[in-house]
Amino acid sequence: MAREDYLGVGVIRNDAAEKVTGAARYAGDLKFAGMLYAKLLRSKHAHARIVRIDTRKAQDLPGVKAVVTGKDFPNRMGLYLKDRTPYAVDKVRYYGEAVAGVAAESLEIAEEAARLIEVEYEELPPVLDLREAIKPGACLVHPDLDTYEIGAAFFPIPNTNISNHFRVRKGDIEKGFAEADLVFEREYYVPHIQHSPIEPHAAIALYDRNDKLTIWASSQSPFAMRNILSHSLGFPMNKVRVIGPYVGGGFGGKAGLNVEATLVPLAMKCRNVPIRLVCTREEEFRDTFVRQGMLCRLKTGVKHDGRFTAQEFEMYWDAGAYTEYGVNVTRAAGYSSSGVYDIPNMKTDSYCVYTNKPVGGPLRGFGHSENHWAMEQHIDQIAHELGIDPVQLRRINLQRDGSTNATGQVLRNPGIEQCLERAAELIGWQEVSGPGVIGPGVKKVRAKGIACMTKAPAMPNDAASSAIVKLNDDGTVYLSIGAQELGQGSFTVLAQILANELGVRYEDVRVQPIDTDYSAYEWQTVASRITYSCGRAVIAAAKDARHQVLEHAARYFGVPVEDIDIAESKVFVKSDPERCVHISTFSLGVTLPDFSGYGGPVVGRGTFIPEGITAMNPETGQSEKPVANWTYGAQAVEIELDVETGKIDVLKVAAVYDAGRVINPVTAATQVEGGVVQGISIGLLEEMKFSEQGKLLNPSYVDYKISTAADIPDELLVDFVEVPQEDGPYGARGIGEHVMVPTPPAIANALYHAAGIRVRTLPMTSEKVYWALKERVSASLR
Amino acid sequence: MLHTIKMTVNGELVKAEVFSQMRLLDFLREELDLIGAKEGCGKGECGACTVLVDGEPVNSCLMLAVEADGKEVLTVEGLGEGDRLDAIQQSIVDNSALQCGYCTPGIVMSAKGLLLRNTNPTRDEVVEAISGNLCRCTGYARVIDAIMQVSASSDSQDEGSER
Ligand code: FES
Ligand code: FES
Repeated sequence: MAREDYLGVGVIRNDAAEKVTGAARYAGDLKFAGMLYAKLLRSKHAHARIVRIDTRKAQDLPGVKAVVTGKDFPNRMGLYLKDRTPYAVDKVRYYGEAVAGVAAESLEIAEEAARLIEVEYEELPPVLDLREAIKPGACLVHPDLDTYEIGAAFFPIPNTNISNHFRVRKGDIEKGFAEADLVFEREYYVPHIQHSPIEPHAAIALYDRNDKLTIWASSQSPFAMRNILSHSLGFPMNKVRVIGPYVGGGFGGKAGLNVEATLVPLAMKCRNVPIRLVCTREEEFRDTFVRQGMLCRLKTGVKHDGRFTAQEFEMYWDAGAYTEYGVNVTRAAGYSSSGVYDIPNMKTDSYCVYTNKPVGGPLRGFGHSENHWAMEQHIDQIAHELGIDPVQLRRINLQRDGSTNATGQVLRNPGIEQCLERAAELIGWQEVSGPGVIGPGVKKVRAKGIACMTKAPAMPNDAASSAIVKLNDDGTVYLSIGAQELGQGSFTVLAQILANELGVRYEDVRVQPIDTDYSAYEWQTVASRITYSCGRAVIAAAKDARHQVLEHAARYFGVPVEDIDIAESKVFVKSDPERCVHISTFSLGVTLPDFSGYGGPVVGRGTFIPEGITAMNPETGQSEKPVANWTYGAQAVEIELDVETGKIDVLKVAAVYDAGRVINPVTAATQVEGGVVQGISIGLLEEMKFSEQGKLLNPSYVDYKISTAADIPDELLVDFVEVPQEDGPYGARGIGEHVMVPTPPAIANALYHAAGIRVRTLPMTSEKVYWALKERVSASLR
Repeated sequence: MLHTIKMTVNGELVKAEVFSQMRLLDFLREELDLIGAKEGCGKGECGACTVLVDGEPVNSCLMLAVEADGKEVLTVEGLGEGDRLDAIQQSIVDNSALQCGYCTPGIVMSAKGLLLRNTNPTRDEVVEAISGNLCRCTGYARVIDAIMQVSASSDSQDEGSER
């Protein structure tokens, strides 16, 4: 029987002491004797043919050990779509793309050498406007798209810029709109943004005399990185090793394989010498994954009583120069396109569009921040059009037990109603109907807004986890997993789960750093799936280890296995608790009274794969079980709007999520707090700006602001609902990404309640709000 | 050009030859292997590289090693005594005021600088002191709480010793 010693307990993070003393090592902190330094030469054009590259001067510079270009490594790679090379081959596709790389004895020499490389370009018309990019006859970013290798769940349209077209066809869309009393249609836009972890991407690569490639990387995905590299290099997997030290923030940007690939050809030329690459902040902004922009049109049919009858949703993703990972963002945003509502008739088209912009990829929320920006403002506006309170209109349409979502999946007991009611209660919701009106002479106005969300882990149906538990001689425990600690607290929560199941002290568990040569397999640390999926593997491994200890102890004490229990690292006879020894007695097997040995070292193994997920119908997106699970949540905010400047201050936030089961209330709350502030930051401040030639104009914290300590709400209330997840560990499901999704639309809804204006384009900067206010005043005078 | 510099780093006298353009951050990280100070931007925009120079928080990415000649430098590695954490570090641990931890050494040093010159800061003063330290993970509230608690507890200790 599972004990509950460590469930629901806010134990101190097991990485805290290391991090607070500065002792924790991140990839960029590692140093090796004889290490070389890499610098990349990057394109100064968004779209151009490479006519000629002359690397001779760079090569001749003293201290330079290798110079490489696209020709040295033309193999295509990618997670879902193999459309990408580490260096541009023949053509550059965005301003900033790596064109050549240098390895030298010092960073200064490498930088100097990069400047000496001569590149002759022939400019091509850049594809920068989404609407132009999808027109027939548009200039193609990837004319060879139809020859690329791609996963079965994706549907590129040959001879276009569309690398994936995801569709939902549910019910009868025409009938649905015919039944509607009101049809409401609007466009929404989300700009490109950056993850902006404070630790930039860093990696060290070594290609040794045994033909083995080792990469130390700041990565969410050591095993996926190994997989992609091994495929593209044609190396057996035991010749590729990825080591993952602590990650200084990921948010999706360090998933898959990214800038690390540029080191590979350099390492192959500099046999046996490690080479380090650390991105500059400018590169971090532009040349790692970014969150793609999205333009959408949302059309909803609704009855006078507020019931939705139909929804048509078209999303166009400004996915950038390569969409190897981005294709799945567009798919995920498509299959979740009903949001938290039960809509009988649906038509969704989500298009992943190549443009000559930085490479789109996963960012916390994975398409859901974007589609909920539209959906959750849309429903609010419909509420006002109908004169129904926005919370009430949500109640009318919420998914409940037996409802179906966009994929036609019949839902069992979704926790959204509890989340919505609790968030409304915490913020002190009072009925509103109709836009806010600002009276004459009013300088500041306060108002509340609310938004809901749902998201599933976006991953392949067979994304697997595993864990190995090893008991040391002294009874301390090693947990080997491939899940990474990015700050979200996975190492802590998984150690708690292990301590709980095995019966050892939490302090005695040490989670081993990830090394694909030694660690248990994990697909990737993404999709808010680690507590859920790896947690299940850890339970299984702990149970396995526990079983071994129990058997040893039964022999030792001469009692049946059922009469043995383990708690706090002590093993005892239940019927006679005086008979009790430390668990270390059994770590390596047991010595019996006659001095003979029995058993052997305790090593537990556990695995997990979510079962029963079936492919969606390619034409309709329908599936009985399209994903592993859905997490629901709701957020309410109270803002203060400065009418004279347009500045929005978020005063109070109430965030409620259905975590299924909260294993560590402190780390769970800290995830929500950080996510909400990131959501506010994205809602009010963040936007990547491009020149007309496609150059990123603001790759620095001076020009691209993120929230500081001065920008946070006065009050942030966090609460959890616990509707157990059937196959989750103790009922738990993920919340890490979800928490920043509803923040921007909740603020937008509060803005409408405050002043009767809608800013349908993120971010809601003071400037934009100011002009919208002006516009509203002049419209009311007209 | 090479310069000979002398400074105290975490209480120890350090003498070295450095090039004029070497940043203090690189001197600490690359020459002294003090990797607690991090580089997040290299431009004075993120605060991850914050250390104390003569008790004042500075962005070590913006200071040259030669500019620290003759000065006292304190990095996160120099805090606490033996196994005992500094009160700020302990409070950050106790309050779960860190996640990925990359910004943490910088924040700890900014807080240290504040508390050295003002043992009893207001919440606004704490916010001001760390507003140059970007953190993408925590949402800051617990960090501010953690620093406030240190000042509150040192306050009560002071009162205790006076009585
Ligand atoms: S690295 Fe010095 S302020 Fe960012
Ligand atoms: S804890 Fe990650 S940046 Fe602050």
